[in-house]
Order: sequence, then structure tokens, then C-alpha cells
Amino acid sequence: MTGSLAMHMSDGLIDAPTAVLFGAVAVIGLSFAVVFARRDLDDRTAPMAGLVAAFVFATQMLNFPVLPGVSGHLLGGALAAILAGPWVGALCVSIVLVLQALLFADGGITALGANITNMALIGTAAGYLVAVALRPLARRSRAGLTGVAFAAAFVNTVVASLGFVLEYAIGGQGAVSLGGVAAAMVGVHCLIGLGEGVLTALTVAAVASARPDLVHLLRKGSEVAA
Amino acid sequence: MRARWFFVSSALVALVLAGVVSYFADSSPDGLDSVTRQGCTAVETPQGERLDGSCPAQHAKPHPLENGPLAGYAVGGDSGLTGVAGVLGVVATLGVSGGLFWLLRRRSRAD
Repeated sequence: MTGSLAMHMSDGLIDAPTAVLFGAVAVIGLSFAVVFARRDLDDRTAPMAGLVAAFVFATQMLNFPVLPGVSGHLLGGALAAILAGPWVGALCVSIVLVLQALLFADGGITALGANITNMALIGTAAGYLVAVALRPLARRSRAGLTGVAFAAAFVNTVVASLGFVLEYAIGGQGAVSLGGVAAAMVGVHCLIGLGEGVLTALTVAAVASARPDLVHLLRKGSEVAA
Repeated sequence: MRARWFFVSSALVALVLAGVVSYFADSSPDGLDSVTRQGCTAVETPQGERLDGSCPAQHAKPHPLENGPLAGYAVGGDSGLTGVAGVLGVVATLGVSGGLFWLLRRRSRAD
């Protein structure tokens, strides 16, 4: 039952001190996210943010093939940050990870801190920084926005995979060379990142066609202070 | 109302993805899983899968909630009901996140 349907780190892949360390990192990161998310949440955007989380959950179920015998799935950090802002986005992905661990036995309980750190904090932050750096391009045209979403999602996936490499370097179990793990993780996540990029670009483009006012990346910075 | 139309249609898309499209998902190990299995060979046994050789995935512990009703995106262990598990997951995610974000939101003056 824990075989092929598991999508996130199980318990036991990293040692207990490392699990505790990244549990603390996750708690600190999420505390900041809860405080700063408030400024991006109002009567209009709060329901949309809930939808973003639900959409990330649904899309994470859709593993797509990347190599013979290897699949990948959306992580969703860049998507959530572009649509709902980085702090709300980090909370969206975290809620998905907590529910997956508690309801679906996907992703370990002691590994939850590491999974949140990688996918909800590191990946989301990296994707959002890329999106903000390229925001002028995203504002220029729909094609620009689509390209920026693709690039942000690609970086989000690869950087999130480096989070696992870091955790494995600190307290990984099993006698495998760190260089080998790093190369394999980055290699396969470059391929997964292409899929994440396409899915993120399609979703952001669809939302921008229907409700451009709900795309946080386009909104923030241009709005008059409330 | 335009906002409501967008909300309902987006929720429907998420439900269809988790409830229907999920049946077409690739069941191969994902990126992380395949990396932590490097060095091992998976052998199917009546008790489930066994990993021969040496790899990080051998250190993975069974999930403490692996006998939960929706464990493994199945319903009571029936993976033919993945779509039902997916729909329940979308509803749960929408409920938990929507509730949390509604509580956290900046209140308007007429609070």
C-alpha cells in the first residue's frame, strides 16, 4: 500500500534529528506565512485561495510519465504563488501535504516537516522569485505571462528537489553517494519541471483569460494601497 | 454573477481532474521514489513489494496511517475507487483551506 501511490518522502529516509530540524524549519516558515498571508486575503481572494489549494491537490494526483518506469507530478508552489501570492501559496501547498499525509497516508508524519520545507517553502519561494524577477514580461502580454509561469514552475520543481538533497546530505539513511543522489534528483526533476511548467502555464493562462484580477502576480505592485 | 460562475467552474475542473482524469495517471514511481530506489530491484511477493539490494528506500518505514479508510488514494483499500478518494480529497482541501483563509482574511470595515 505504501508502494507506487506514495508521492512524497516517507518516514525513515532521513534520521530523527534531521526530521526534527526540518520540522522546526517548517513551523517557523509557516508562522511567517500565516502572518504575511493576511495582507493578501480578503473577502474576494480568500475563496479563490481555497480553490488554488484544491486545484493543487487534484493536479498532484495526475502523475505523468517522464522516463520509462518513472513518473512525475505537479508540486504546485509556483502555480499557487502566481495566483495567490507567495505566503498564501506556501499555505496552500502545506495544507495539501498535511491532508495527504493524514487522510491518504502519502508522505510520512515525521517527514512532514521536510516535505513542507521542500515543496511549500523552498520550491514556492524559488518559483515566486523567478516570477517577480520576470514580472515586467508577464505584464506585457498573455504570451509573456505564460512564459513566466513556465519558467517559475520549472525552477520551483528543480529547487524543491534540491531540498531533499540537502536533507539527505544532513541525515540521509542508506549508503548511497551524495553526488549520485544529487545528480539523479536534479536530472529527473528537470524533466518533471518541464511538465510542471506546462501545467502551470496552462492554468495561469486560463485564469488570466477569465479573471485577470485574480492573478496575484499581475495585481501586486500595481494596485493603489487600500 | 461572474465571480460565482468562475468559482463553481474552477471547482468542477478540480473535481473532474481528481475524480476522473486521475484514473489515467501514470502509476510508475515518481521522481523522488525512483531516486531513492536506485540500487534496489523491486520484487513482487504475495506480501507486497520487496526491495532487494541496497538503497535509501529500504529505510522507509510503513506509514502509521496506512490502514486509514482513504490510504493510498483508495477507498477501504480498493484502488478502483481512486476517483472517489480524489473527489473527497478535493472537498476536504477546499473546506480546510477555504475555512482557514476565510478566518485569516482582512476584514472590511463593516466587520
